[in-house]
Amino acid sequence: MTIRNDVAITPALVASHGLKPDEYQRILDLIGREPSFTELGIFSAMWNEHCSYKSSKKWLRTLPTSGPRVIQGPGENAGVVDIGDGDCVVFKMESHNHPSYIEPYQGAATGVGGILRDVFTMGARPIAAMNALRFGSPDHPKTRHLVSGVVSGVGGYGNAFGVPTVGGEVNFDTRYDGNILVNAFAAGIAKTDGIFLSQAKGVGLPVVYLGAKTGRDGVGGATMASAEFDDSIEEKRPTVQVGDPFTEKCLLEACLELMASGAVIAIQDMGAAGLTCSAVEMGAKGDLGILLDLDKVPVREERMSAYEMMLSESQERMLMVLRPEKEAEAEAIFVKWGLDFAIVGKTTDDLRFRVMHQGEQVADLPIKDLGDKAPEYDRPWVQPKLPAPLAASDIPQADVADALLKMLGGPDLSSRRWVYEQYDTLIQGNSLQRPGGDAGVVRVEGHATKALAFSSDVTPRYCEADPYEGGKQAVAECWRNLTATGAEPLAATDNLNFGNPERPEIMGQFARAVTGIGDACRALGFPIVSGNVSLYNETNGRGILPTPTIGGVGLIDDWSKMARIGFAREGDAILLVGAPDGWGTHLGQSIFLRDIHGRRDGTPPLVDLAKEKIVGDFVRALIRAGVVTACHDVSDGGLAVALAEMAMASGIGAELDPPSNIDPIPLWFGEDQGRYLVTVDASDKALLRDITEEALENGFRAPIIGRTGGHELKLFGARAIAVGELKTAHESWFPRFMDGQ
Amino acid sequence: MKSAVVLLPGLNRDRDMIAALTKISGQAPDTVWQTDTEIPDVDLIVVPGGFSYGDYLRCGAIAARMPVMRAVAEKAQKGVMVIGVCNGFQILLEAGLLPGALMRNASLKFVCREVRLQVANANTAFTRRYQPGQVIRCPVAHHDGNYFADADTLKRIEDGGQVVFRYAEGTNPNGSVNDIAGIMNARGNVLGLMPHPEDLIEDAHGGADGRPLFESVLGIAA
Repeated sequence: MTIRNDVAITPALVASHGLKPDEYQRILDLIGREPSFTELGIFSAMWNEHCSYKSSKKWLRTLPTSGPRVIQGPGENAGVVDIGDGDCVVFKMESHNHPSYIEPYQGAATGVGGILRDVFTMGARPIAAMNALRFGSPDHPKTRHLVSGVVSGVGGYGNAFGVPTVGGEVNFDTRYDGNILVNAFAAGIAKTDGIFLSQAKGVGLPVVYLGAKTGRDGVGGATMASAEFDDSIEEKRPTVQVGDPFTEKCLLEACLELMASGAVIAIQDMGAAGLTCSAVEMGAKGDLGILLDLDKVPVREERMSAYEMMLSESQERMLMVLRPEKEAEAEAIFVKWGLDFAIVGKTTDDLRFRVMHQGEQVADLPIKDLGDKAPEYDRPWVQPKLPAPLAASDIPQADVADALLKMLGGPDLSSRRWVYEQYDTLIQGNSLQRPGGDAGVVRVEGHATKALAFSSDVTPRYCEADPYEGGKQAVAECWRNLTATGAEPLAATDNLNFGNPERPEIMGQFARAVTGIGDACRALGFPIVSGNVSLYNETNGRGILPTPTIGGVGLIDDWSKMARIGFAREGDAILLVGAPDGWGTHLGQSIFLRDIHGRRDGTPPLVDLAKEKIVGDFVRALIRAGVVTACHDVSDGGLAVALAEMAMASGIGAELDPPSNIDPIPLWFGEDQGRYLVTVDASDKALLRDITEEALENGFRAPIIGRTGGHELKLFGARAIAVGELKTAHESWFPRFMDGQ
Repeated sequence: MKSAVVLLPGLNRDRDMIAALTKISGQAPDTVWQTDTEIPDVDLIVVPGGFSYGDYLRCGAIAARMPVMRAVAEKAQKGVMVIGVCNGFQILLEAGLLPGALMRNASLKFVCREVRLQVANANTAFTRRYQPGQVIRCPVAHHDGNYFADADTLKRIEDGGQVVFRYAEGTNPNGSVNDIAGIMNARGNVLGLMPHPEDLIEDAHGGADGRPLFESVLGIAA
């Protein structure tokens, strides 16, 4: 099939490209004539939500994006943060939600491939990956199929590419039944003086196409990602790309060699909207025009039209501006790796984006209006309606031991071993903490003591109940997870997954969540340096839970002092740093309320940002002083779950001595924020006294709540549970679920 | 002792292997590329893990037919020590340097976890620094590690002491026949194994149970 360039432009055709009538009018005003079919495709690719951020830009601008260590904030392929000694960490998180629902293996695989490319396009060698996955209810007939496909897709690509997957999230909720979330994170390390950007420089210089050949796969993918789903979604399958991790691995090695050769002026990967988006971004950022000759583009299918070539989302491709005198050297590198290298155009000084195909000019558009001057909306929004808090007397009861076992053996808190054992978690030989702890930790190659910690977090049920507090909590929990290893949180990337922004209540969720994220990032000194927005996550008019995933990176000076979650030895004192009176109080929106009593009411726990910072800094200083034997933050499921996780990680039990006059339910299952469990040598009385006193001087409490030892978890007043019984409950759910039991 | 690491497009544990050999022997190994027809004068050649040529054909099948593998075979014939790990093991099988085949894991899934390995034969150039029957920790990370050989071959390698490592304590992660994790040729100079000893050689790895294998073959005192 060949698509001609002289297709008549009808209102229906415009609408099918996702362009609204006012946007089409804007196109007519800009170019003073009817666009050609290829031009319409180019506008559609550049102005869709996915590429233009037209609904979100106004709010994204409110986020803090700079800091003393930030080298590159949002706007490039990934953010860059200084880690000292001439090294920097390059990272980003990005969604591949819609493709993964339509074709889970390839959707997830190409999501991983895309984010890895974003990182190595900037000159960094990828050293760690994570993925945050949200699926529908375990009872939904498609869920198992989607879990199986997405997990093997993530593994299939990342394992073959050769990056360790060191962390992530897997959650289930019926609100993702028709719209799962696949958020892929990648980080790499580069030299601070070896960062490559996408801004083209210099007129008349060659624009070079690198990597795999162009096919018809993914044509219109970015436009698809910017539409709501309905029951005809199966028809969209051809818009999902197919991944080739082998080519990506070769492309990585070739690009790093190419960059070392000094041949690269600017480079941009071809992601969403492929050749169109990469060429326009490079030109627009450099205030240059771009002239492309599609006859030079390496293709793997015959008779591809200009429209198809411009919108193809074939994977594993790059575009760069080349230093002309290096052409032969650059081409030799790509030939060695068996990849395509073709000069497909040049930079110009006319600020036009011109595309030639078979002697005909098929597009001639103003490049700035396609790129950095694309439309922007201030969409109407309404304040989210907040739920009523639980009444003080409303404390639903349960047997503590039974409730704990049920929660640990449930969909959200059970072990993710079934998932992460399908990922290569130790390739590169630098993984110091693999999935299952608070954060993944990878040592920095070439440095004796330095390591980086990675965590991905959000609690969508909190965000649904109160988007502002939920946004704050996502940032705080990520910061806390990094801190719990002893890392200094450096910066974060945000992957904002929401419903249809044209609905004011969804836009309200978005606006309030972003405001909460911004406030938390400012208070914690944790800037957002990259990110991605995924809107229109709806099926048949029903939106997902608002899910602003935060991926954070922290720096550990000396990994020999790093903390892990497992109880390290018998007889250590257990402290609850940041404890409220009564250790735990807040049951609203808790897992206990939801999983034991089927209730989803109440307000989510508040995050006191000032206290969060003081408590976290205190815990980190303890870890760095080398006195902490284990550390774990308290989050989903509350204190009982956190203690159980520490016991299961090492097999050592614990005995707790709670105050006798407190209701045990909020104490064990409340999800109060800003708490850490820390173990230290119980015989060091001076140390214990110093910790308790210093905490009080800083305005928070760090009571000794028990001690480690034995092979049981003894929550006072509840039946003692053998650590083995906890483990059985914790490890059983996922494999049984996937076996269809 | 000098060593060389074979580099092929798609291999991705080459850096792990180069780091391990460098740390243990004190000198960086030479590297040889897919199209090289000669291998420098070394005592040990390692084919590392990964997904050579994407493993888009049968694992290791394309790699086994590259020029560099002919050179490896010639060296093996002259008695040079050769180790293939993971994809490297698959490649050595496809190249005919070792007997048997590696099939898809019985679970049909990629598996990355720590297993236990029993040193089934400590009287080899690769294992002399282990105790006979010693059980060590070692990580695995593979999709196609399910070792199989026909009954005659199996009898021959079992009787000949060619089974070097077995999965121990019920940790067989892939369904391999007789829990076989690693085998050598009859002459005893070519070893193939699925687990990754190169990823367990120092404190940062949480242990060093993989180290004696390299110390054995490189003739380095522990």
